[in-house]
Amino acid sequence: MSELLGHYNYWIVIVLMMTGFYTVIARPNLVKKVIGLFIFQTSVFILFISMAKVEGGTAPIIEEGLSVYSNPLPHVLILTAIVVSLATTALGLALVVRIHDAYGTSNEDDIHVQDEED
Amino acid sequence: MLLSNLPALQVVIPLVSAPACLLLRNPRHAWACALIVSWLVLAMALLLLQQVYTLGTISYAIGAWATPWGIEYRIDMAGALMILVIATVGAVMMPYAWRSIQHELHSKHTGIYYTCYLLCLTGLLGIVVTGDAFNLFVFLEISSLSSYVLISLGSSRRALTAAYQYLVMGTIGATFILIGIGLLYMMTGTLNMQDISQRLPAVADTRTIRVAFAFVTVGVSIKLALFPLHIWLPNAYTYAPSVVSAFMAATATKVGVYVLLRFFFTLFGLQFSFNAMHVGNILMLLAVAAILVASLVAIFQDNVKRMLAYSSVAQIGYIILGISLATTAGISAGMLHLFNHAMIKGALFMTMGCIFLRLGSVELRDMQGLARQMPWTMAAFVAGGLSLVGLPLTSGFISKWYLVNAALADSYWPLAVLILVSSLLALIYIWRVVEAAYFHPPGADMHKVREAPASMLIPTWLLIGVNLYIGIDAGLITAIAQQGAASLIGQALP
Repeated sequence: MSELLGHYNYWIVIVLMMTGFYTVIARPNLVKKVIGLFIFQTSVFILFISMAKVEGGTAPIIEEGLSVYSNPLPHVLILTAIVVSLATTALGLALVVRIHDAYGTSNEDDIHVQDEED
Repeated sequence: MLLSNLPALQVVIPLVSAPACLLLRNPRHAWACALIVSWLVLAMALLLLQQVYTLGTISYAIGAWATPWGIEYRIDMAGALMILVIATVGAVMMPYAWRSIQHELHSKHTGIYYTCYLLCLTGLLGIVVTGDAFNLFVFLEISSLSSYVLISLGSSRRALTAAYQYLVMGTIGATFILIGIGLLYMMTGTLNMQDISQRLPAVADTRTIRVAFAFVTVGVSIKLALFPLHIWLPNAYTYAPSVVSAFMAATATKVGVYVLLRFFFTLFGLQFSFNAMHVGNILMLLAVAAILVASLVAIFQDNVKRMLAYSSVAQIGYIILGISLATTAGISAGMLHLFNHAMIKGALFMTMGCIFLRLGSVELRDMQGLARQMPWTMAAFVAGGLSLVGLPLTSGFISKWYLVNAALADSYWPLAVLILVSSLLALIYIWRVVEAAYFHPPGADMHKVREAPASMLIPTWLLIGVNLYIGIDAGLITAIAQQGAASLIGQALP
C-alpha cells in the first residue's frame, strides 16, 4: 500500500503523460493535439520536480540550524524546459492558425481529404 | 585568446547575429549578414579541426565555471568532423540561397528565413560541442523549433501541415530525451556527460537506467528518422523550400545520428548499450528494414524531392547499420557514410532547387527532356546519383566499400548482399530521373527553360566536387572517421 501512496507523484506523472499522449494520437482536432502535447510535456516537469525533493529538506536557502536542503537544480532545469515548451506550444498554435487560413478547417481528417483532392 | 575561446564563439556568433538578420529590413543586407556569419563559422570549424587534430580533445568551461558545476564544451575527433560537415554545408548553402529564396519566398519572409537559418545552425553546432546532457536538450530544441519555421515557409499549403506533423513528432522525441536525461540525473546526480559515464556502471543494473536508455533511444530515433519513426521526413523535405530541404537533409538527421553515438558510446558505454541491452540487434533489424522498404518506396515516387527524401531514410539505414555492428570498423564506416551522404544529398537537393527555380516543378513528368536545357544541373544530378548508387570513383563507393568490409569482418555476409541489392534499387530510382531528363522528347514549353544561374550552380558543383574528390582520394577523411570512431569506442572502455 505504501508503495502505491508513497509514489503518488509518479502515478500522477504517468496519468498526465498518458492523457497527453493519447490526446496527441487520437484527437483529429489540431488545437487539441497541441494541448495534448502540452500536458505531455507538463508531466515531465512534475517528474523532474518530484525527484528534487529530499526527505526532511527545506527550501535551499542557507539558514542557521538547517542542514538538509532540497535539490534546487531540477527546478532550474525545468524553468528552462518550461520556456522551451511555451515556445513549442506558441509555434504549434501559430501553425494551426495558418493551417486554418489555408484549409478552412483545423480538423486533421478534413485536411487529409483536401490533400487527396489536390 | 580568441583561439582558445573558439568552442564558445562557434555557437555564440550565429546565435547573436540571428536577430540582426530580422532587424535588417533590406533582404540583401540580411543575406549578406548570414553569408558572412556562415563563412566565419566554417573558418572556425577548420581551426577547431586543426586544433583537435594536433592537440587532441578540447575541453572548454563556459564562463570559466569549473566542471561539473559549470557547463562543459567538449570536442573530440568525432565532434570536430560533425562541426566541419555542418559548417561546410551551411557555408556552401548561403550563396545558393539568395536566388532560390528570392524566388520561392515572399519578400517579407526573407528576414525570418535568414534568422531561423542561423538559429538552426546555432542549435546544430551546439548539440555537437556541448558536453552537458541538459544543454544538449536545449540546443536540440533550438534547432528543432527553427527548423519547424523553416519548413513552414514552403510555398505550398502542405508545407504547413508537414511542419505541424514534424512539430508534434519532434516534440515527442525531444520530450522522450528529456525524460531519459531526467532519469539519468536521478541515478547519477550529475549532468556532465563525462561524469555520468563514470558513475553509470555502479548503478547500470537498475530498472531506472534501463528505462532511461529506452526513452533516449526512441527519442533520438524519431529525430534522426530511423525507420519506422521516419513518417515526418518525406513530407517535410518535399514541401519545405528547396534550400531548407538541402540544408536539413545534409545536417539535421546527421546530427541526430551524432546524438545517438554520444548517448550509446560516451554516456551509457559500449558495454551497457550493446552487451547488456542488445541494442545492436534491434538497430540492425530496423536499419535493414529502412534500407529495403524506403528504397522500394522511393522507386514509386513521381515527385523527385519526395523520392530523394525516401532515399534519405534508406541512407540513414546504412549509417545506422554501420553503428549497429559496434566495432571500430563499423562505426568508422557509418561516420564515413554520414559525411559522404551529407555531401551527396545536399548536392542532389540543390539540383532540385535549380530545377524548381527554372521549371517551377520537380515532378518527373515535367522534367522530360530537361537535360538539353539545363545540362550542368542535370550533370550534377547524375554525378550525385551515381555516388548515391555507389559507383567506383565516387564517395558513395568508398563508404559502401568500408561498410561491406565491416559487415564481412563480423561474418554478416547477408548484410553485404543487402548493400549490393539496395544499390541496385538506388540505381532504378536514379535511372527514372535520368531517363525522363535525357531520353524523353521535351515538352512544348521546354525551350523557354534556361540553365540555372551561376550563383546556384557553383555551390552545387562544389559539393559534387567534394564527392568526386573523396571518390579518388579518400585518405584524409577515412583517417578522420577512423580516429573519430576510435575516440568514441575508446571512451566507452573503462
